[in-house]
Amino acid sequence: MPITSLLSAQQLTCIREERILFENLSFNINAGDIIQIEGPNGAGKTSLLRILAGLSQPYEGQVSFNQIPINQDREYFNRHLLYIGHLAGIKGEMSAQENLRFNLALNGLDASQAETTLGKVNLLGFEDALASHLSAGQHRRIALAKLWQSQAPIWILDEPFTAIDKLGVKKLEQLMIDHAKKGGCVILTTHQDLAMPTELYQKIILEYRFY
Amino acid sequence: MNNIPNMKPTSINISSQSSTEHSQSYREAFLLVFKRDLTIAFRHKDDILNPLLFFIIVITLFPLGIGPESNTLARIAPGIIWVAALLSTLLSLDRLFKSDHADGSLEQMLLSPHPLFLIVLAKIIAHWCLTGLPLIFVAPLLAILLNLNENSYLALMLTLLIGTPVLSFLGAIGVALTVGIKKGGVLLSLLVLPLYIPVLIFATSAIDTAAMNLPYSGQLAIIAALFIGSLTLSPFAVSAALKVSTN
Repeated sequence: MPITSLLSAQQLTCIREERILFENLSFNINAGDIIQIEGPNGAGKTSLLRILAGLSQPYEGQVSFNQIPINQDREYFNRHLLYIGHLAGIKGEMSAQENLRFNLALNGLDASQAETTLGKVNLLGFEDALASHLSAGQHRRIALAKLWQSQAPIWILDEPFTAIDKLGVKKLEQLMIDHAKKGGCVILTTHQDLAMPTELYQKIILEYRFY
Repeated sequence: MNNIPNMKPTSINISSQSSTEHSQSYREAFLLVFKRDLTIAFRHKDDILNPLLFFIIVITLFPLGIGPESNTLARIAPGIIWVAALLSTLLSLDRLFKSDHADGSLEQMLLSPHPLFLIVLAKIIAHWCLTGLPLIFVAPLLAILLNLNENSYLALMLTLLIGTPVLSFLGAIGVALTVGIKKGGVLLSLLVLPLYIPVLIFATSAIDTAAMNLPYSGQLAIIAALFIGSLTLSPFAVSAALKVSTN
């Protein structure tokens, strides 16, 4: 069976503040891949993820999903994408459960699963607590909770492990492995080494450039 | 372990949605965002009270400053009420996208499978319900302080009813353009206030005409046209502007 390419980047160039972060970057991400993007601070990891998610436009080049450029049909691509940026997107005025319900419904998922999903990220008992009373790690857990419900094949996660405890990291890694096995792909940045077997994931290394 | 799937994926598939499901999901998406914005605003009451209090304070200060000459006050009343409404809308515009931008929820909305113009429309209408609608209710009370001509009350209410949504819709374009800028406040006023001038001119003219017991449907029709135009076009402009701002 041929490997299906889910997301492909063609000749991406990104320029920020008159500095070239990367140029002519091309790669294919197939179903079943876990890709870790590595590099020092300021190397352009987040910029790359934002370009792949379609939040930023590259200076040159394009990103295609299923051979269709992502800008051609945003809604089609967005239905198959789950992006969690380094900002958690959690509203302090709403409770943990309301936040998750909104996040799920916004992604077209079943909001009635919010309560059970919160249990999966160890937030049972905090459903009705206003998010402004929760910690940074708990915010991130609310944001990550939708991974358990997601049907989208493409996961783009910017520093998903920030402020997450060791046990939580382990659970997340298992979830990513399962997701890849089901035919999805995961693209993530993290400064920690992934604890999964090395044959399960690949790396894209961005280097800091001075010109 | 093999990381390449050798069987047909079970839960993950690349689907396409049929168009019959659209109208249903459009309404759901609209209500989802609308309710969320209202919930947040009601738990963070400053956002609602601030523009309303500003409106009330500005209008009550005028009779104190100018003196109780009823003729003078009656002449300037339409202008004062409308200028106060304009400035109070401007004061409240910031909260439309700024906090969502700061905590990352705006990104999530941009990447939602629901059409962006619907999300934006829901946000703008929620904003108007929280900032424009209360003005309509307090304006008649404040008009008494300004000794507004009694024939003008209906005109005042009507112009506010169709005029304040225009302010929210046009203002949203300005906010969307400046949301990525750290200190966008001054720029926002410069961008948005010139666009508010037509509404101000026709609204005050309608109220003045009503005071003379003449028909003011012409001015009202022009404000209504501005309303329909901004209702239909501004969500698309705002969507495009948000994409640029988050780039």
